Amino acid sequence: MMPHAAEFIFPNDMNGVAWTVMIVLYPYITGLVAGAFVVAALYHVFNFKVFAPVARFALAASFSFAAFATLPLLLHLHQPQRAFFIMFMPNFTSAMAGFGFIYSFYLTLLAVEILLVFRSDIVAMANEKGVKSLLYKALSLGVLRETAKSKEIDQKWIHVLSIVGIPGACVLHGYVGFIFGGIKANPWWSTALMPVIFLSSAIVSGVAMLILLYVIISKMRRVSVDDECLRVMMKLLWLFLILAVTLESLETLNMAYEAGEEWHMIHRLITEKLRFSFIYVQLLIGSAIPFVLLLIGWMKKIGPRTRVTLGTISSLLVLIQVLSMRFNVVIGGQMLSKSFRGFVDYIPEWHGREGIFVAIGVFTLPFILLTAVSQILPVWKVDAHDH
Amino acid sequence: MSCCDKKGAKDTCCETKHEPTGVMDASESRREFIWDAVKNFTFGALTLTAIPIFIEKADAEEVHTDKDGKEKTGHTVLFGYLVDTTKCIGCGGCMLACKKENDVPDGEFRTWVERYVYYKDGSVRVDVNLKGSFAFTELPPIDKETVEKSFFVPKLCNHCTDTPCIQVCPVGASFKTKEGVVLVDYEQCIGCAYCVQACPFGTRFINTKTQTADKCTWCYHRIQHGEKPACVDVCPTGTRTFGDINDPESEISKTLAENRIDVLKSYLGTRPKTRYIGLTAEVV
Ligand code: SF4
Ligand code: SF4
Repeated sequence: MMPHAAEFIFPNDMNGVAWTVMIVLYPYITGLVAGAFVVAALYHVFNFKVFAPVARFALAASFSFAAFATLPLLLHLHQPQRAFFIMFMPNFTSAMAGFGFIYSFYLTLLAVEILLVFRSDIVAMANEKGVKSLLYKALSLGVLRETAKSKEIDQKWIHVLSIVGIPGACVLHGYVGFIFGGIKANPWWSTALMPVIFLSSAIVSGVAMLILLYVIISKMRRVSVDDECLRVMMKLLWLFLILAVTLESLETLNMAYEAGEEWHMIHRLITEKLRFSFIYVQLLIGSAIPFVLLLIGWMKKIGPRTRVTLGTISSLLVLIQVLSMRFNVVIGGQMLSKSFRGFVDYIPEWHGREGIFVAIGVFTLPFILLTAVSQILPVWKVDAHDH
Repeated sequence: MSCCDKKGAKDTCCETKHEPTGVMDASESRREFIWDAVKNFTFGALTLTAIPIFIEKADAEEVHTDKDGKEKTGHTVLFGYLVDTTKCIGCGGCMLACKKENDVPDGEFRTWVERYVYYKDGSVRVDVNLKGSFAFTELPPIDKETVEKSFFVPKLCNHCTDTPCIQVCPVGASFKTKEGVVLVDYEQCIGCAYCVQACPFGTRFINTKTQTADKCTWCYHRIQHGEKPACVDVCPTGTRTFGDINDPESEISKTLAENRIDVLKSYLGTRPKTRYIGLTAEVV
C-alpha cells in the first residue's frame, strides 16, 4: 500500500467517540468486584488463613462495587428506560446479551454469601432489644436461632458459594474483555487475549484496592495493620501485576512484530495519541514503579512501617495503572477511525450525564455503600477459629 | 411500526398489499430473528463461532435455488446495490437527497462521498464531501502538475450478509429482513452503540434526534413499493444502481454479471451486498 499523508476519518467519527468515560468506568468497577472477591475466595476455598483480617471486608467491598457496576452502563445508554430489554429479549449472538444474567447471578451470590458469613452476628444482633434489631431481623431472613449444626451447614454453603464464585468472577470479567476482544472491526481490540487481560488486571485492581482500603481504614480505626496479611497481599499483587503487564505488552509486541497493515496506525496511536496514558502512565508509572516497590515491599526483611508505606504507594499506582489501561482500551480503540487513515479526537466532557463529574460521583457510591455496610456488619471481625 | 423508516413511514410502509413477493413484515422478521437467535444459542453453546455462518447458510441456499431454477413466481427477492465509482462526479447530490428523505440530522451521515487523490510523489490523500454541491474542502485544488489521478467513492451501509452489527446487538434491535435489508428497530434499540463499534465501515451512528442507532436503510419505505432509494433516484450519472439480485433480468444483475466487482474490506468476511466497480487497494 502506498504511503498516505493527509488524515481522513469517516464522517460519522467526526462527532467523537461513541463510548465515553462511563464505559471506562464500567469495566473498572466490575474489575474491582472480581479482584476483591478473589481475596475472599483464597481465604475461604484455598485456606489462605493469612487473609483472615481482610476476608470479611473483601466480601463487603466486592458486594459494594458490584451494587453499582451497572450504573455507568445505564448512564451511557441512549434509551436507559429500555435497559431491561437486555434481559427480556436478549440476542444471544451478542457478547453483551449475557450481561444481565451473569451480573444478576453474581450479585445474588455475593449477597447470599455475605448473609451467611455474617449470620452469627446478624442473629445475635437480631435478638437484642431496640429499633436497630429490626434491621437485623430483616437481614436474618427469619432465622433467629443458630445451632452447631446450622453453623456447619452455613460453612459448607460459604465454601460452595466461594467455589462457584471463582469461575463466576472469571466469567463476569472475562466476558467484559470479550465485549472488546470480539470486535473484528477494531484491531486494537480484536484479540483473544482480551478476556485474559481484563481478568488479570481486574484481580490486580481488586487486590490493590483492598490493600489501600485496609491500610487507610486501619489508620482511621487506630489499629495496626496485620503485617503478614499485608505482606502476602503485596506478594499476590506483585504476581498478578506481572501477569497482567506481560499479557498487555504481549498483545502490543505481537502486533508490532507481525507489523500487519494495521500496525502503522496502532504505532501512531500508542506513540502519539496515547503517549501519556499508555507509555507514561500505564507502563512506567503504573507498572514499572509498583513492580519494584512491591518487590521490595513483600520481602521479609522490611519493617512493618516501610511495608505500609510501600504498599500504599504501589497500590495507588496500580489502581491508576488499571484505570489508564481501561481508558487506553476503551477510548484508545475508538480513536482509531475505521478508515485507518486518521484519528478520532477525544474531548473529555466534564458536565452532562456521561461527563467526568458524574463519573466521579458514580465512583464514590460504592464507598458510601461500603461505609454503610461497615456500620451495620462487623466487617473487621476475624473468624473465631482463625484468631 | 418501528421497522419503517422515520419519515412518512407510518402511512406507507406498514401496508402489506404492495409488498414485493417474499417481503416480510418487519415485526415478523424480527420475531423470527429473535427465535433464530434463541435456536442458535442452544446450538452456539457448542460452536459459538459457527452461529453467523449457520444463520446465513439458509439465505445463501435460497439465493442459489432461485437463480438456478424457478420462474419469477415465488422467487425470493434479495436486494443488492452497486456503486460504479468510475461514473461518480462527486456532486454529493445523493447525500443531500438522503438527508432530506430520511431526516438525517446535521453532522450525521447515512451516505457520503469520498475523494481519493493520488499524487505523483506516491502519496494518496482522501477527503470527503459532506455538504453536497462538489464541496470538497480539505485538499488543495487538483493540480495536474502534482496529481496523478483522482476519483470519487460514495459510501453507505453495505447491508452485509454476515453482519457484525446484528451479531453484537444485545436486544435484537438490529435485524435483517428476508430481502436482505439490514434495519434498526428504533423502538427496540437501547442505544448502547455496540453496533456502531462493530460495523467496520463507519456507517452507523447514534442519531441525535431519535437517540437510537441509525444508518442507511436503502430507503426501505420506498423500496417496499418498488421505488428506488432516494440516492439512486437523484444520481445524475447513474453511479448507483439498486435492485433484485435474485432476478437475473434486473439491471443490477446484468451489470454485476458483466463487470469486475469488488466489495469493501472483503478480508473481514462480512460479505457486503453493496458492491463496487473500480475500487483500488487504497479505498478503505
Ligand atoms: S455496513 Fe456496517 S451497518 Fe451495514 S450491514 Fe455491514 S456491518 Fe452492518
Ligand atoms: S445501539 Fe441499538 S441497534 Fe445498536 S447494538 Fe445497541 S441496541 Fe442494538
